[in-house]
Amino acid sequence: MRSDKANTVVIGGGLVGMATAYGLVRDGVDVAVLDEGDLAYRASRGNFALIWVQGKGAGLPPYTMWTRQSATIWPEFARELEDVSGVELHLSQPGGFNISLDEGALGRRAAMLQRIDDACRGLPGFPAEGSFSVIDANELRKYFPEIGPEVVGATFNPLDRHVNSLLLFRALHIAFKKLGGRYLPNHKTATITPGNASFDIATEKGSVSASSLVLAAGIDNGRLGKMVGLNVPVRPQRGQILVTEKMKPFLRHPIQTLRQTNEGGLQIGDSVEEVGHDLGLRLGVLSVLARRAVGIFPHLKNVNVVRSWSALRVMTQDGYPIYDESRDHPGAFVCTCHSGVTLAAMHANVVAPMIKLRRLDDACGAFSTQRFHVPAAA
Amino acid sequence: MFQRLPDISGTTVHFSIDGKPTTGIEGDSVAAALLVAGHNAFRTTAVSGAERGPYCLMGACHDCYVEIDGTANQQACRIRLRDGMSVLTQHGKRDLGR
Ligand SMILES: Cc1cc2nc3c(=O)[nH]c(=O)nc-3n(C[C@H](O)[C@H](O)[C@H](O)COP(=O)(O)OP(=O)(O)OC[C@H]3O[C@@H](n4cnc5c(N)ncnc54)[C@H](O)[C@@H]3O)c2cc1C
Repeated sequence: MRSDKANTVVIGGGLVGMATAYGLVRDGVDVAVLDEGDLAYRASRGNFALIWVQGKGAGLPPYTMWTRQSATIWPEFARELEDVSGVELHLSQPGGFNISLDEGALGRRAAMLQRIDDACRGLPGFPAEGSFSVIDANELRKYFPEIGPEVVGATFNPLDRHVNSLLLFRALHIAFKKLGGRYLPNHKTATITPGNASFDIATEKGSVSASSLVLAAGIDNGRLGKMVGLNVPVRPQRGQILVTEKMKPFLRHPIQTLRQTNEGGLQIGDSVEEVGHDLGLRLGVLSVLARRAVGIFPHLKNVNVVRSWSALRVMTQDGYPIYDESRDHPGAFVCTCHSGVTLAAMHANVVAPMIKLRRLDDACGAFSTQRFHVPAAA
Repeated sequence: MFQRLPDISGTTVHFSIDGKPTTGIEGDSVAAALLVAGHNAFRTTAVSGAERGPYCLMGACHDCYVEIDGTANQQACRIRLRDGMSVLTQHGKRDLGR
């Protein structure tokens, strides 16, 4: 068995691990990413590609602000990543809609967004006029003339955007390698042994030692966390997506469950299912997605679906991100969340510099694992 | 490039390609009829605009898209030629109206 060394090892080469690793190498850190092989569960290759703000952070204003900050710095993050990687990300930032087919649902949604706004009002950078608007069906027709009679209205947030997330994933890998990072596939980590000021990481292809370590292994973070004294409650949550044939551009804005990619295909998303590690596709679920899309845009009924897939989200117990450093084993960090596209800019530009300095500052305080250290209700 | 085997015959089917009246024979797929009529490129791709024509002829490659009677992105190899069909070669992405 080989043995290897790096200053910092990132375990997991998905969007979260690669954004963090890219941020670290860009700041001059010697980084190796240990990843599994092709058969790994990877939310990063099956997601919906939204950089999405509306609705984020109900119950935790720092998460709303964190997400807003990410959307705000995304363009600058994208420009730099495009320069380094030579890959165009197709970031499009016209603001996003969530369209309702039901009066009650629209009312509940607007009330939920209002509660989020009320909790954030007065925080630095939060818009005094509020973050969103509610738009009725008539006004919505100005943006989308093709909407059908079932549509009752929508909510809109100007910070919502979308990107080509597969190209984002590719760009992060290319940039990381160009800047001198080492990417080691087929290195599924079996165990981590904390030693004296270093960690021994045993993988299926030999061991690696590092003085600092970042857990970004998606749904395996729970298992790995225990080895370094971190409690990381994450679970898989399945999402299914439909993709249509490519069409001339007709959707100028992303809609939370519907977006047209830069190449013309329409993505129709996305289910939320608690089914463990099952990556199956279910016709019943897919037909609900298709039915909703046709409810919004009746002219989609003749469009051909050419692909469908499912992927497992990395869902934390309360839905908010987890960033923390082990108290028992300093130098061991965890970085995990369920919106890895949205938060890629934060992971590269804000979290990575903190990890380089070996200190997560107060900005991450609300996202520590401390919040799980409360006795469960009987 | 393509021509019919000498022993193939059948009822004549009248249809049009890009508005031009043409004939095939009953039992032809749209793709076969277009190939016999001398069309190799049925469409240009949605992304780069490169020419494409039937490749697999069995429904897998999706390279033989044409517009048939007003509906775009139809797989020509999987649709049987019918009398009076209007077939249009396709250029770039499907327009959602069609
Ligand atoms: C259907 C769906 C839609 C989504 N839509 C959006 C969206 O619109 N916007 C958004 O922001 N987010 C979205 N997400 C979420 C987003 O995709 C994830 O947050 C993100 O991809 C998570 O990245 P990750 O790197 O944490 O995990 P993953 O992509 O799951 O990657 C984990 C990586 O860790 C590796 N790994 C695991 N265990 C080990 C081990 N023991 N040793 C070494 N390596 C290991 C795996 O090989 C894998 O490469 C969506 C997700 C799904 C499923």
